Amino acid sequence: MPKLTIDDREIEVPSGLTVLQACELAGVEIPRFCYHERLSVAGNCRMCLVEMERAPKPIASCAMPVGEGMVIKTDTPTVHKARKGVMEFLLINHPLDCPICDQGGECDLQDQAMAFGFDRGRYAENKRAVKEKFMGPLIKTIMTRCIQCTRCVRFSTEIAGVEEIGLVNRGEHAEITTLEKAVDSELSGNLVDVCPVGALTSKPYAFTARPWELRKTNSVDVMDAVGSNIRVDTRGREVMRVQPRLHEDINEEWISDKTRHACDGLGRQRIDQPYVRRDGKLVPASWEEAFGAIASKMDGLAGEKMAAIAGDLCDAESMFALKQMMNGLGSENLDCRQDGAKLDASTRAAYIFNSSIAGIEAADAVLLVGTNPRWEAPLINARLRKRFLASGLKIGMIGPQVDLTYQVEYLGAGGETLKDVAEGRSSFSDILKNAERPMIIVGMGALARTDGGAVLALARKLADEFGMVSDDWNGFNVLHTAASRVGGLDLGFLPGEGGRDLESILDGAGKGEIELVYLLGADEIGMNNLGKAFVVYQGHHGDAGAHRADVVLPGAAYTEKNATYVNTEGRVQLGRLAGFPPGDAREDWTIIRALSAQVGEGLPYDNLGQLRQKLIEAHAVFAAIDQVQPGSWTDFGAAGDLEAAPFASPVANFYMTDPISRASDTMAKCTEAFVLGKQEGATGTDG
Amino acid sequence: MQVEMKDQINAVVGRYQTRRSAIMPALALVQESVDRLHGDVLKEVADVLEVPEIWVYEVATFYGMFNTEQVGKFHLQLCTNVSCMLAQAERLLQHLESQLHISKGGTTPDGLFTLSTVECLGSCDTAPVLMVNQDYHENLNEHRIDELLVQLKRQAAT
Repeated sequence: MPKLTIDDREIEVPSGLTVLQACELAGVEIPRFCYHERLSVAGNCRMCLVEMERAPKPIASCAMPVGEGMVIKTDTPTVHKARKGVMEFLLINHPLDCPICDQGGECDLQDQAMAFGFDRGRYAENKRAVKEKFMGPLIKTIMTRCIQCTRCVRFSTEIAGVEEIGLVNRGEHAEITTLEKAVDSELSGNLVDVCPVGALTSKPYAFTARPWELRKTNSVDVMDAVGSNIRVDTRGREVMRVQPRLHEDINEEWISDKTRHACDGLGRQRIDQPYVRRDGKLVPASWEEAFGAIASKMDGLAGEKMAAIAGDLCDAESMFALKQMMNGLGSENLDCRQDGAKLDASTRAAYIFNSSIAGIEAADAVLLVGTNPRWEAPLINARLRKRFLASGLKIGMIGPQVDLTYQVEYLGAGGETLKDVAEGRSSFSDILKNAERPMIIVGMGALARTDGGAVLALARKLADEFGMVSDDWNGFNVLHTAASRVGGLDLGFLPGEGGRDLESILDGAGKGEIELVYLLGADEIGMNNLGKAFVVYQGHHGDAGAHRADVVLPGAAYTEKNATYVNTEGRVQLGRLAGFPPGDAREDWTIIRALSAQVGEGLPYDNLGQLRQKLIEAHAVFAAIDQVQPGSWTDFGAAGDLEAAPFASPVANFYMTDPISRASDTMAKCTEAFVLGKQEGATGTDG
Repeated sequence: MQVEMKDQINAVVGRYQTRRSAIMPALALVQESVDRLHGDVLKEVADVLEVPEIWVYEVATFYGMFNTEQVGKFHLQLCTNVSCMLAQAERLLQHLESQLHISKGGTTPDGLFTLSTVECLGSCDTAPVLMVNQDYHENLNEHRIDELLVQLKRQAAT
């Protein structure tokens, strides 16, 4: 550990750090543009100059490794003069358009010009102008503002794994370009965050709000099961944008494009008042009328003729309340697996991402089964890529053949290949056997099928066979696609004693054995299979469920309620209310609480605190916020034969997987550009 | 692209640790047989090398010796870096411009001459220096430049 002196203070830092990192550890702020702690060092902006004893001139601290006995000074006239000079050069070709720039108020260049710059310009010649570039439907470019830090180039090649952005020409003529192609990455929105100036800004957010007029609420994302930490920026009750929030164990500081840009769907297609179906048409109704319609249907109806299905975006509180109400009414017909996944809730280890997401960085061999992580969980895919780049992680793939942005050994399409690997007949078996920390990631593409239970059991056997589970390592991972799923399994939103599962509920509804189906935000089930059943839909968007429903109850979307979610790792996280739900819509658990009183099964809580208390009493895992409770490694899965059909990813279109993203205009544009293969016309002008 | 060219490029690849390193020699090879390194050529080079297109673009546009724009039969590259500048290179530039009736970066209408300025050609002891295609012309003055232009025009005519 080298010892060095920074501004007359001695500090010991780990070797291998740069001077800039050492200064940060010493609590000294160093201005920078090109340096980013998660990207490689470029050293081209020169803003981080500091003085080093015995060096003839200031050094770029971001590119200088620490050495024993170094004496660094960051607050001398020489350093100030050097920074002022660099700042003046950077501003020579930077336009003075801050009043119309979307980065204004949160711009590194603006802030650092205030802190370290000269108070007037001395440059009277013409500034250069650069043509705008086309980067797809999410990123707006104003290239004249670019200071050539190349953070975007490094982000796209290193993190996103798409080599599409580059720096062309040289010196004064250098510019960033994409060759007029949209940046085909699920993480492209992060380019806007890494850009220290206003050259890359968010296209959908353009000219809509200023950072100082937004209220910021820390929350968690529900667009996939990763549970990315986000910050929801609202003005009034309208969500203006979603930004990432640092969580090293989950999303680091990135979020996917769907997480970031689907928020415009929160303002469209919303259900803002109750509806009741009369003469085949849904007509607006009051809460009393809606509840009355449900109560009269439930009146005298036996519990086993009712069923409830929870959707992918549900919070734990509302599922718990609905479960208690349904159980109270005598119904055990519950299911939170609306894709029909054959998940086994007997032990937590059977359905969570046991190794944890950060644990990927310790793995040395991974077998992907029936999953396309790039579309199902882009941030887990980014983690896999990070590990691949750092250590040459060996990755085998069974399932869909897709480009994951890193090198994969494609083994086969279906259960037969999985069996080969498990029984040591595949070339990848040896790799798993020789690995110290092997892991398997089983996706819904392998479990949401009739032989899912057998696949699960085989995957478990494989995990045992190749030493994936030991005292300090559990490499058995299930990758969920629904934010509600692990929470639902934790609190047992599943068929009870003699209850029906999803398949059986739909079957029963078709045959008339189930007369009432309560859909809690469930839109992905085959609505045609519900037969003549009376359908109650509680949710926030007019999607498939509301279309089929006989009574529609307006609920709250994820930004409009205080609620608990459990991510695919089994990590319990709290989402927070950023803006109130529209119109008559209410937080979901309150709707169920109110309805329960109407149907004679009043639930024993009147506020969220009491509800959470009851939830924790029944299921202790919900008490530990931001922690992962492991499960015991017992037997799970079901016996049976594997089918020949190949594993297919459940996500056919990354940009549209739930009612919110389906209502989003931005996601529709992304679908058009990246999925349907059509691209917006490239322009060389603004807009 | 000709099959032989592809073979030549692939032969070059073997000399380097990564395929990316072969971009420069590959472009130099290809440039000998094309008017200019336009987008389609760069795309083809990228395909042969199996590297992202943008990498080839970056290299081709960075270096002055790769011509992404069409140049005349004689590419006059005048050094205007420090040593040559002190030896009156800027006056020579004006002289060339007035003799050829083009400005820096332009090509004469007959397609014979393209005039550009470059940074140090590494021949400071013989400044000022002009590079015509691959040949150096050293210790220049206006009179020698006039002679050179006459000679080049004659060369073009035969």
